[in-house]
Amino acid sequence: MGSLIEAPQPQNVGEQGFLTTKLQHLVNWGRKNSLWPMPLGLSCCAIEMMAMVGPRYDLARFGAEAMRFTPRQCDLMIVAGTLTWKMARAARTVYDQMPEPKWVIAMGVCSSSGGMYKNYSVVQGIDSILPVDIYVPGCPPRPDAVIDAVMKIQKKIEQDRSLKFGS
Amino acid sequence: MRTSPEDLRAQVASLAETFSDWEGVSLQAGIDMPQLTVAKENLVPVMQALRDGKFRFAHCSMITAVDHMPEEPRFEVVYGLYSPSCNQWLRVKTHCQEFEEEVPSVTGIWSGANWLERECFDMFGIRFQGHPDLRRLLMPEGYEHFPLRKEFPRDGIEPGRLYRQWDEGRRREGAEEESAS
Ligand code: SF4
Repeated sequence: MGSLIEAPQPQNVGEQGFLTTKLQHLVNWGRKNSLWPMPLGLSCCAIEMMAMVGPRYDLARFGAEAMRFTPRQCDLMIVAGTLTWKMARAARTVYDQMPEPKWVIAMGVCSSSGGMYKNYSVVQGIDSILPVDIYVPGCPPRPDAVIDAVMKIQKKIEQDRSLKFGS
Repeated sequence: MRTSPEDLRAQVASLAETFSDWEGVSLQAGIDMPQLTVAKENLVPVMQALRDGKFRFAHCSMITAVDHMPEEPRFEVVYGLYSPSCNQWLRVKTHCQEFEEEVPSVTGIWSGANWLERECFDMFGIRFQGHPDLRRLLMPEGYEHFPLRKEFPRDGIEPGRLYRQWDEGRRREGAEEESAS
């Protein structure tokens, strides 16, 4: 709720039944609390991602529990696993099909840098084919680490000032 | 699976009976299971006899190859056969030269050999004659190299080239569509 409070506050707002804010703040607040992740679970990291959404770690506390298996409804892509060059086309196509604005988390060392797979078949870091917002180290990262990444994405969304008005 | 040496000798003896009148087929005891070396010309009739003969090797469990560079013949194709009715394993080996990596396909005998042979082709470039659909299995279509050959570097040869070609083509198409509309 941070960004709502940031806006200038007139007196007696609650009593009069309305509040004032900037549209940019309102949009950011909505976006950051309703991230819909696209789970690109490519290998073992996907298991930790599932744990993150399950009841123990409960990603729903951050409003990001609505995993959708169609990229057209998502705005946060979590690349969880080893991306091979053969799979790279599919990953890029999925990314392109997601509507703007969109964010990407590279979960695990495999997607961040190729990890232990320094060989002919694995993409050495998904940033060579996709723009990445947050890298999460670990093999696999604990669910809390990925939740931290989601929170960092939320902070990033909060600072967005890209809405244009008028002309 | 552990086989005692006595068992192994008995197995080899009873298998040897089957092959006593075959030419170019030699049988060794192997370390863990009997092992049959066959010239590739004889491969299909020998395999057929193994499946239909006394031991009934009904299951072709694996097909792989070994690259013996720089020795000649360079490639050794290895088949792992299992007979569920006799609880008996058998390893069959055949050889092929560099530049004529062709071995007759056994898909007519075990249809399950289809993907095993495709994988072997994908990794070693050994062409199985008579295979119904010899395409790459694991590496992308259009890749020219064979990763498990000895001369193949660990980091690959231009690993991202096919992706980048696809990406450039896609971007070009997008730009053309935009300028047309
Ligand atoms: S980082 Fe580790 S756990 Fe994650 S996909 Fe790679 S190997 Fe698996």
